[in-house]
Amino acid sequence: MPYIPHTEQDVREMLATIGVDSIDDLFVEIPEDLRLKGQLDIPNQMDEHTLLGYMQGLSEQNLDLSRTVCYLGAGIYDRFIPSTVGAVLSRGEFLTAYTPYQPEASQGYLQTIYEFQSMVAELYGMDIANASMYDGATSMAEAAIMATGIKKRNRVAASRAIHPNSRKVLGTYCWSMDVQVDDLHTEDGATTDWSNVTEETACVIVQYPNFYGVIEDLTAARKAADKVGAMLIVVADPTACGILPPPGEFGADVVVGEGQPLGIPMGFGGPLLGLFACKTEYVRLIPGRIVGRTTDAEGRTGFTMTLRTREQDIRREKATSNICTNEALMALASTVYMSALGKNGLRKVAETSVRNTQYAIQKLTEAGGQLRFGGKVFGEFVLELPKSASAVRDALLEQGILAGLPLGDYDPTLENCLLIAVTEVRTKAQIDDFAMKLKKELGN
Amino acid sequence: MADLRMKSVRVQKLIFEKSIPGRIGSNVPKADTPEVDLNDVLGSTRKELHLPEVGELEVMRHFVNLSHLTYGIETGFYPLGSCTMKYNPRINEVTASLSGFKNIHPMQPEYTVPGALEVLMNVYEILSAITGFDEITMQPVAGAHGEMTCLMLIKAYHESRGEGDKRKIVLIPDSAHGTNPASAARCGYDVKTIPTDKEGNTDLAALEAALDDTVAAFMVTNPSTLGLFEPNITKVCELVHSVGGQVFCDGANMNAMVGTTRPGDHGFDCMHLNLHKTFSTPHGGGGPGCGAIGLQNHLEPYLPAPALKRKDGKAYFDHNRPHTIGRVSSFYGQFLMAVRALTYLLAYGKEYMADISRYSVLNANYVQALLKDVLPAAHPRPCMHECVLTAKKYKEHGVRALDISKRLIDYGFHPPTNYFPLIVPECLMIEPTETEAKQTLDSFCSALIKICEEAVSNPDILHDAPTTQVVGRLDEAKAVKMLDVAWKPTQETANV
Repeated sequence: MPYIPHTEQDVREMLATIGVDSIDDLFVEIPEDLRLKGQLDIPNQMDEHTLLGYMQGLSEQNLDLSRTVCYLGAGIYDRFIPSTVGAVLSRGEFLTAYTPYQPEASQGYLQTIYEFQSMVAELYGMDIANASMYDGATSMAEAAIMATGIKKRNRVAASRAIHPNSRKVLGTYCWSMDVQVDDLHTEDGATTDWSNVTEETACVIVQYPNFYGVIEDLTAARKAADKVGAMLIVVADPTACGILPPPGEFGADVVVGEGQPLGIPMGFGGPLLGLFACKTEYVRLIPGRIVGRTTDAEGRTGFTMTLRTREQDIRREKATSNICTNEALMALASTVYMSALGKNGLRKVAETSVRNTQYAIQKLTEAGGQLRFGGKVFGEFVLELPKSASAVRDALLEQGILAGLPLGDYDPTLENCLLIAVTEVRTKAQIDDFAMKLKKELGN
Repeated sequence: MADLRMKSVRVQKLIFEKSIPGRIGSNVPKADTPEVDLNDVLGSTRKELHLPEVGELEVMRHFVNLSHLTYGIETGFYPLGSCTMKYNPRINEVTASLSGFKNIHPMQPEYTVPGALEVLMNVYEILSAITGFDEITMQPVAGAHGEMTCLMLIKAYHESRGEGDKRKIVLIPDSAHGTNPASAARCGYDVKTIPTDKEGNTDLAALEAALDDTVAAFMVTNPSTLGLFEPNITKVCELVHSVGGQVFCDGANMNAMVGTTRPGDHGFDCMHLNLHKTFSTPHGGGGPGCGAIGLQNHLEPYLPAPALKRKDGKAYFDHNRPHTIGRVSSFYGQFLMAVRALTYLLAYGKEYMADISRYSVLNANYVQALLKDVLPAAHPRPCMHECVLTAKKYKEHGVRALDISKRLIDYGFHPPTNYFPLIVPECLMIEPTETEAKQTLDSFCSALIKICEEAVSNPDILHDAPTTQVVGRLDEAKAVKMLDVAWKPTQETANV
């Protein structure tokens, strides 16, 4: 076994030093009847070559991006990832480090986290950001729970145009904390009904752009929250923030989001990257790790985890959250991504997504689809078809196109609707091909 | 001289400070669709975006040099107790980067991803065999998240029996990880602490006294954070069950049990695993973790939805889960970590799986034996996969556990875990893992023995340590007081 370096002689010498005759003697504290007698009922060992072949075989059973043109988004996007990202992530020092509890031996990693926090805060237009959360959904749920603590109110108001999976996670977290979730209803694909925001509401949560791709009116959301003294939490797509005014400009208290579009592969939905940014006044109440800049005794600048007394290993049941491990490596991926793209690159990616999306809207409506909602969109839109969206999706899949997400499972009134994302990696020729095949499928 | 040394180790300015207007570090895809009026399409656009502008080579140099200032398992010995810093096999990285795993969307139709479901199901089945639990789910994305999910299952179970309002207490040993009480609080529970007895086991009398029908669960770490197997574990589980409570196993220390004993056979109702500890997925400097959980059949109805099941030989997602606690994360958990874990599990197979626990326990006992004169064990018993030592005798020389740890950095080793568990004075918790060779352990222990001599003969060397890194000990108080957690374009140092 190459992972275990012990020779027979090593083992003999070690047992002699310990003063026992066999490795079995070290397990005497486990009651005899709890010790396994034979081998486990699991597969046999594979050598490295065979193992690689086995895993390759499983991977080839999946329809991946090399064999389909992807218009499926809904929070997880097929975006361009520069080669530098993978190169940095494969550095063993980063890949195999633990949480930087010993800052002197972890200055490199700590600096990247400080840079990450700076970039996320900038992108969202907020004062500060933490060192990351698990994913967009849990980041939103944690923000909501934090708001109930700050406002000492027991209800949260969440738009129905938030990603359905995120709403489910919010529901689970709130159930376990005895917090009530009130729906904010939508009209024409955007949140307009604020009647469920009451004096008992701790926070108003909207998504920007929302699940349907529509750019929500954050001024209205801020106003609705202010009316009852609630906090405003915005779930924001990071790529969209490359070109849209950031939520911070509208006075959001907390901005959270899914960081996957920033240089992280789709990976069947994991690992992802939870983004969490807020106003300075909440910094001592937020979940997750924070890295700060300070100095040593000789005045040299260094980085260290800070405000640690919020955290579980010190504060235990009084901690702001139970989170400890977060998504450091994914945060590093996004830091390299944002460094490589820079201010112009990210804007260009966002701009190209807008152009491609507008072109797709034009071509696909010409092919027989109809825009379901009237609002402004960034990189994703809902197309209504004259027939079942999942049937069309399945038919197009056979022709090499992953046409989007049929929405019938999420809302029965949208049975014939497809949620279509068009990122910067799509080309005019691909969109033309999509339109042509859709047209044929619709019998036009 | 100091300045030259700093230059030779390539301390990096912030990437923002390297920015030169006009530089680009990546050629992003060109648009070939018609131009649009952005303000017209979007309503309005953002004005400023202060991301750095650096060339591609500068990007690589910046991060490669920062990696040189970071200590990982591939750098050297990393005996951080409770964290199981074992070798992360490189083949795991190769399989996790196969396009058929890396480039699939979580919402594409299930019939297009049978291989992905098979990966998850393979891991579930193997972990079920290793732990002795009926069901496994990997929707929780980290250890603490797994703990929380287990408590949610327990909460749903009690609610289903009409006892949700009554059972409000979670019992937790004084030796537990901080995540246990924090997770309990996250599920709306009140925490009551159970003491550890003189031998390092759960104080059974105290446990019995605390047990009544208000108890929802007891969270037990086994082997405990003292590195000791709880010999009365079956009795502990029986006692808790006798008042209708559930028993959760914190699986941070599963490495000591793989292939040797199964917590599912000990009487536990559920447990969490840290795949990034026991099953070699890389910790990445603080995540992604991977918090698989195991549970017995009576908790199955409450599994996070969708639940992965097998029917007629094929894995599928069961979405029809009327009693589910709901979702706990965006999709199906850390899928690419499942790919890595499966790769690891198959690299051992049934023939070698028990070697994981056997050699990790051997290594820990060897370290405990080599150090017994300078750093005695808190409880002189055979330890499991980690040994918990005390440095209290150096306190009279003004030397604390932290000083010993910092001095280890100068000797080229990552320090062990300090001051945990909290009940051991001047605690050093050392977990060597099975992937370290005897010779590495010998040099590590020699260094510690030397440091303990220094502690007596020249304690200031320890107080000043480390002196071999780009920075010495940092001013933590200043970090809190003059909080600087984000670079701002408007000022060199943004104090908030």
